[in-house]
Amino acid sequence: MNLMGRSPMKNNRLRSIYTVPYTVWILLFVLAPIALIVYYSFFDLTGNFTLANYRNFFTSVYLTLTISSFWYAFLITFFSLLIAYPTAYFLTKTKHKQLWLLLIIIPSWINLLLKTYAFIGLMGLYGPLNAFLEVIGIGKQQILFTDFSFVFVSVYIFIPFMILPIFNALDKLNPALIDAARDLGANGWTTFKRVIWPLTLNGVKSGVQVVFIPALSLFMITRLIAGNKVITLGTAIEQQFLVTQNWGMGSTIAVFLILFMFIIMLFTTGKERGATGNGKNRKAS
Amino acid sequence: MERIGKLPKLYLAVVFIILYAPIFYLIFYSFNSGGGMTNFESFTWEHYAAVFEDKRLIVIVLNTIIIALLSALVSTAIGVMGALAIYFMRNQGMKNAVLSLNNILMVSPDVIIGASFLILFTMIGVKLGFASVLISHIAFSIPIVVIMVLPKLSEMNPTLIDAALDLGATRKDVMTRVILPFIQPGIFAGFFLALTYSLDDFAVTFFVTGNGFSTLSVEIYSMARTGISLTINALSGIIFVVTVALVLGYYALNRKMKAPLTGVKK
Repeated sequence: MNLMGRSPMKNNRLRSIYTVPYTVWILLFVLAPIALIVYYSFFDLTGNFTLANYRNFFTSVYLTLTISSFWYAFLITFFSLLIAYPTAYFLTKTKHKQLWLLLIIIPSWINLLLKTYAFIGLMGLYGPLNAFLEVIGIGKQQILFTDFSFVFVSVYIFIPFMILPIFNALDKLNPALIDAARDLGANGWTTFKRVIWPLTLNGVKSGVQVVFIPALSLFMITRLIAGNKVITLGTAIEQQFLVTQNWGMGSTIAVFLILFMFIIMLFTTGKERGATGNGKNRKAS
Repeated sequence: MERIGKLPKLYLAVVFIILYAPIFYLIFYSFNSGGGMTNFESFTWEHYAAVFEDKRLIVIVLNTIIIALLSALVSTAIGVMGALAIYFMRNQGMKNAVLSLNNILMVSPDVIIGASFLILFTMIGVKLGFASVLISHIAFSIPIVVIMVLPKLSEMNPTLIDAALDLGATRKDVMTRVILPFIQPGIFAGFFLALTYSLDDFAVTFFVTGNGFSTLSVEIYSMARTGISLTINALSGIIFVVTVALVLGYYALNRKMKAPLTGVKK
């Protein structure tokens, strides 16, 4: 016997009270927006039905844009993972690991814009980074407004989001398994490759998901840090919607971004979502 | 457990320094009496004074806080209802479908959310400004509340509800005296995350805000586009202190709230 079992009439009324607002939310803010994006992608600037936006998307300009956007997202994800995995691993080995984790997460709570803004100063022509380069004899470089600065700042922003799910996966790993591998004669690398990595793969996948998808759609960092050197899918959408006011073309790019998002989710959704339970998981832009 | 060696320690230290350096760099120069973020001339509070004298900025800060509190409150209410609705669904397939729908806004890039909401608001005639920003923030915060509350619900032993009903509790009693107190930590976590989502959001707000209305993130963006202004640095000093206090307070509260509940779990 449970809550459903008794007086179904009253129960239904109660249920509808809390089902209605949530259902309305799903219809209005989850389904309708996607439908509207798809709908708008079939219209040109003057409001006529057209397939031209799609034809445009497959021209060289947009294809290059998509490929370069993917390339940058790949670089950002790769370097985030490269730095985050050892960090998460060593963190689980520290004495007060929850405290250290909290300390590493705190920067991710600081407003994203402020962190990005800091790099405008840090990487500026007279900033500390260039001063350092001058001291070691390389001399002043134009760091800001290059694709290097874009990837660097993005990796900086995303590292905590990558650390979190990997830390959770590593933390759940039964240490007896590692001991067993060692006892059975596996060396450090084999233990990592055959035991630790496969068992934390779900954490890595969630990490890749929370980094790769936002990295495809960054537009604030591209504008502030990369000048106009880097154009991502996100920058293109923002450009079409807010500058050129060509909502049709913007929607078409958005349709493809949504498609890419679903494909990436298919590949990166593990059985267990470890990323959501332990703090902030907000995508950046 | 094996002890952590020297090299790993060094590695962690470097990661920590890199993560914190930009923030402390900003705060350090907020005390610079010179104009920029390069030469530290002498110590001054003038940029902090400038923040508090700037009426426009104060209004924007207040707007940001009001939007965050209101959106967190409303989204927590709707999110809790949504979690209950999902929890009481008997059809497993339906449950999974709704959960996937719930997660769409969590993974969609902000640009997509912003652009699609812009179309939506224009179509149904919501004026861009306070209302559109508030509604968007409510909308994108609901799924995280659901995600935070659902595990608490499934942790709850269903016999608790039966016991309460057998002892003569009405459905309203069951809700307010059994279910809600049990899932309270989840509700609290959801509210807190909704708050930070709203405070942190830039992209969605950027799309749906009109000309007259601005939040802190959007304002910092337009200030940063015109170059360096130490008022932003002073602002980040204040924000850093508030953020750290909030996070630590949240963790302390969380720990405190979890404690009495463990007695009920099993």
